[in-house]
Amino acid sequence: MSEIKQISLFVENRPGRMAKVSKTLSDAGVNIRAMTIAEAGDFGVIRMVVDDPQKGYDVLRNSGFTVSMTDVLAVEMRDTPGGLYEIVSALGENNINIDYAYAFVTAKSEKAMLIMRVDDIEAARRTLSSRGVKIATPEEIQKI
Amino acid sequence: MERMPIEDLKALQLDRLKAITRYVYDHSSFYRQRFAEAGVTPDDIRELDDLTKLPFTRKVDLRNTYPTGMFCLPKNWVVRYHVSSGTTGKPTVVGYTKGDIETWTESLARALTSIGLGRNDVIQVGYGYGLFTGGLGLHYGAERIGAAVLPTSTGNTERQIELMQDLESTAIACTPSYFLHMAEVAERMGVSIRDDTKLKAGVFGAEPWSLETRRRIEDTTGIKAYDIYGTSEISGPLFTECQHQNGIHVWADMFLIEIIDPKTGEQLEDGERGELVVTTLNKWAMPLIRYRIGDLTIMESEPCECGRTHPRIMRILGRTDDMLVIRGINVFPSQIESVLMNIPEVGPHYQIIVSREGALDVMKVRVELTDRGFSDRIGDLMALNRRISKELKNVLNISAEVELVEPGVIPRSEGKAKRVIDTRKV
Repeated sequence: MSEIKQISLFVENRPGRMAKVSKTLSDAGVNIRAMTIAEAGDFGVIRMVVDDPQKGYDVLRNSGFTVSMTDVLAVEMRDTPGGLYEIVSALGENNINIDYAYAFVTAKSEKAMLIMRVDDIEAARRTLSSRGVKIATPEEIQKI
Repeated sequence: MERMPIEDLKALQLDRLKAITRYVYDHSSFYRQRFAEAGVTPDDIRELDDLTKLPFTRKVDLRNTYPTGMFCLPKNWVVRYHVSSGTTGKPTVVGYTKGDIETWTESLARALTSIGLGRNDVIQVGYGYGLFTGGLGLHYGAERIGAAVLPTSTGNTERQIELMQDLESTAIACTPSYFLHMAEVAERMGVSIRDDTKLKAGVFGAEPWSLETRRRIEDTTGIKAYDIYGTSEISGPLFTECQHQNGIHVWADMFLIEIIDPKTGEQLEDGERGELVVTTLNKWAMPLIRYRIGDLTIMESEPCECGRTHPRIMRILGRTDDMLVIRGINVFPSQIESVLMNIPEVGPHYQIIVSREGALDVMKVRVELTDRGFSDRIGDLMALNRRISKELKNVLNISAEVELVEPGVIPRSEGKAKRVIDTRKV
């Protein structure tokens, strides 16, 4: 099964950088589904899920950004108390570590989408599927 | 010796120059070859001016003959080694015979005497002890004049200040920036160096420092701040100013100095700024003939007000190459480059930013992250940052802050890259 491709960027922590990133994507007609910025002093890492990862990657790369693509899991969780717990406890019980995660709410009713990078993506997929957690496909992300 | 008439001093220098020229020719294949290339033999040295017939020696010669290729005696004559921090990965090694240590010690004993120190003094040696020449050099010189040595070496500043008070140090030898730091720490401890200690003199060197810094030190702490000069290749710290603080006295019976135009190699007159060239007249394990240290200064041959007849060199004005002196340690951009080049996660462009935070030098190395080095896990990037810092420290012996930046951020230059931004006001 194909994985969700997340775009990650290395950016200096200074004014205007994020604007440059979003302008580059918008000019190319790439839509950002979800994003997060992790900052570490002088620099930060921007991670995002977009509707067309390959195109997003290419335009950012051509604009001189340090960019990479990473496989992540996008899982649906109930947008109610306990929704996150269900997922992370399942992973924890199976000794799967979450490197980072971020979430967004979809247009679909009562569903939130959790994006995760885990140390063992196959194991995570098996574990969550066996618990009946719905894992989104790239096509579904594109169509949101 | 120190007030010997100039003519007698020159006669002595000529005798010693003839002797050392003959000695290196007989004992060193390196010098024999160099002399042959220059078409000169020891017999051509008949007067002091004949010195200009001899070829220059450079730091690169020491590196190329690493470790002991320039030694003129079998190694069992060596009683001590000192090793420089190294520039392109290869350090320079200096060996000393018992007599060489004696020359070094005598030179510093004269220097310390000239600033008014003697057997009643307690000299706190805050230079590093070890492969670096500062600590042990000052230690021997201070013992020679009968002073009590307090060998604190570097670091542990609060304890240094306590001991300075408890054992009544009257003089301190360290880098000027470290002393400024010490003064700040003392203030935080509620100790006034002026009122609460017996300190009256400081012997400061191993890094460039300005007259403004001298004034600042003297005004804030009430001590007299003296400039000390020397470099490991010619022994280590050797010469200081006298109490008149008007130039550094270079003992002419031990070292023959010239000032040359760094471009043409021609000798310059008194008062003209140029590159210092030193010939060692009384060093036997590793004598140096017309050694180009790379420091820019001005020579003054007229006797000093203090009555000493030996020539003086004025405060070092700068270096002919791009060496940085950070917290008393020599750092070459090429060393940093060689470290970075071995780390594939970062690109070839870098920038060195040196600043002074409080009284201490701080070095920051900015380097561009490559696509290959990019991980979207912050932890990986932090680990890379730490690894670069550690490798820099291993090579430089000094800690450097590392900043990872995006490609293209570091300014490019079509000519000679400006890699160093030194914001210290020296």
